[in-house]
Amino acid sequence: MKRWYMLTVVGKDRPGIVAHVTAALYEGGCNLGEASMMRLGDSFTIMLMVQHQGTAKSLEQILETVIDSMDLHMHIDAIEGRLHQHLLPDVRITVFGADQPGIVAKITGALSNAGLHILNLESDVGGSDARPFYIMHIEGQAGAGLDALRSALQVAAGEGVETSLTAIDTLVG
Amino acid sequence: MAVLEILAYPDPRLTQESQPVTEFDSALRAFVADLEETMRAGPGAVGIAAPQVGRVQRIVIIDCSGKKNLVSDHGRMVLINPEITEWEGYAVGREGCLSVPDFTGNVIRAERIMLEACNEYGEPLQFKFEGYEARAVQHEIDHLDGLLFLDRLVSRRNDLFKRKPYK
Repeated sequence: MKRWYMLTVVGKDRPGIVAHVTAALYEGGCNLGEASMMRLGDSFTIMLMVQHQGTAKSLEQILETVIDSMDLHMHIDAIEGRLHQHLLPDVRITVFGADQPGIVAKITGALSNAGLHILNLESDVGGSDARPFYIMHIEGQAGAGLDALRSALQVAAGEGVETSLTAIDTLVG
Repeated sequence: MAVLEILAYPDPRLTQESQPVTEFDSALRAFVADLEETMRAGPGAVGIAAPQVGRVQRIVIIDCSGKKNLVSDHGRMVLINPEITEWEGYAVGREGCLSVPDFTGNVIRAERIMLEACNEYGEPLQFKFEGYEARAVQHEIDHLDGLLFLDRLVSRRNDLFKRKPYK
């Protein structure tokens, strides 16, 4: 029986990583599911759902050659999850401002206490070494309503940090 | 009355351009009743278009009245041969579709539109829509032109658009 694994691949970024890794998986008879793949710093990172007939060990063997040849690292976990289990976010939060220690912990801590379940978080640091700025997009489910999150944001965001919160009311037509 | 089968992407019939309605007869109204029943059987749908059930005619039904905080709300409408005559502003909003299960994405739509259409009796109508309702109308008219919201997706990662709150 085919089962799902979460494959993590990290390594120094270079052209062709996705093509080579996915070609090895395809040739090994695997199916691909949801994925997040992006360059962070000068690394390339892959988090990928892989459906494979066999054990984590045999999946690792399928990938060994490409992982070694491209100087990557991999990690494989068997997972209970499967496809078509998306949760619909009902709130989107954007935070940006001059980078400062603890900004993520402070804001996500306050939001968590106010009932937020984060489904997706993407963040980046722009600017320069001397004047970095931080920007973060969060989508999630407001377990205790939007007003609770709004108050939490106001309290947690220090001086020079811009925050915005908008409801996501998904239109189905 | 019957709940009709909804075509799901990637069914190629969803990419066909629908034809104008020319006969406003009881057969049309019977179909509209079935289409509305199909919309109401879906999970929280605020609109439906005829090609979603395989009928390539320019017929849509909209009903956003179950939503809170709408800037414009005309209740239940049957819009036949709809034409958008004016567009104004734009906003990013999240959309899903009865024909695209288990996926939602961000789409840019005009904030305000003017629309001309007929009802199921062939009587001409004019509307001014804004916000969520305008989005619903644009989403459904896209179906008549063979387009899905998938054709209009914008990035979730890098956009800094603030969707105006619908008051």
